[in-house]
Amino acid sequence: MSGEHTSVPVAARVRRLEERLIEAGVVGEEQLDQALATMLKGASPVNGARIVARAWTDEGFRRRLLADANAALPEVGLSMAGGIQEQRLKVVENTATTHHVLVCTLCSCYPIGLLGPSPSWYKSEAYRSRVVREPRAVLAEFGLELPDGTAITVWDSSAESRYMVLPRRPEGTAGRSEAELAALVTREGLIGTAAV
Amino acid sequence: MRAEFRAGERVRVRTVDPVGHTRVPRYVRGQVGRIVECQGRWALADESAAGVAEPRVEPVYTVAFAAGDLWGEGGHEVTVDLWESYIERVRKDGA
Repeated sequence: MSGEHTSVPVAARVRRLEERLIEAGVVGEEQLDQALATMLKGASPVNGARIVARAWTDEGFRRRLLADANAALPEVGLSMAGGIQEQRLKVVENTATTHHVLVCTLCSCYPIGLLGPSPSWYKSEAYRSRVVREPRAVLAEFGLELPDGTAITVWDSSAESRYMVLPRRPEGTAGRSEAELAALVTREGLIGTAAV
Repeated sequence: MRAEFRAGERVRVRTVDPVGHTRVPRYVRGQVGRIVECQGRWALADESAAGVAEPRVEPVYTVAFAAGDLWGEGGHEVTVDLWESYIERVRKDGA
């Protein structure tokens, strides 16, 4: 198990694996590059932020998003079909009394298309093993102090589902445009390690 | 194949420790949780990883566990995605 995917030994192992697959005729170099380019094209937290801003400003969209995110995404020109197969997306909504945070304890499952490449700490063994056990303490280390009464749910993604947090709309933002609201949303907010 | 479990039902995670790939995190093995919802149906990852030509396609559930049950402390909840063959119904007598 690797805690740091960007390490040199892992990168070398990935390259050897790619070469074996190409040698065996399973996949071509160009095909591989194309698949990676397709997966990463437009993969950015800007996408997740746009979804959040729409949900904050359009109550009907918010309800459809929480009920069936895959069906709602095309309304903002997005989908979960960028990979080998369409992944299921579940959006979980923070409220005044509930907070959600994401993890993948087995590896690093994460909605890359909507949140951009995952931060290195998301893949670290420390985050993966600790957030399921003591989320309140881990969130505090990220600078997010939750009131004692807040119910915390940790979503451990280990199958075909990907998760995204719908943060609470900050106070004092009435009248702001969808684009202005989207600019407030961070990747950490979409993972649940920041308030927005 | 219809989904066997319904939202609210209590299920126990099987304690098997397979040799190959599995998507059952160790910290929930043998633990009792509550079905939140059925996510859909996907090929069983254990069999796909083992190269089985036609892996079983099973319902996958979101199962919620109380931190107190998992760790003996903590007031939060942890949800885990589990294929149907990873879990079994908890009998009324709790066994």
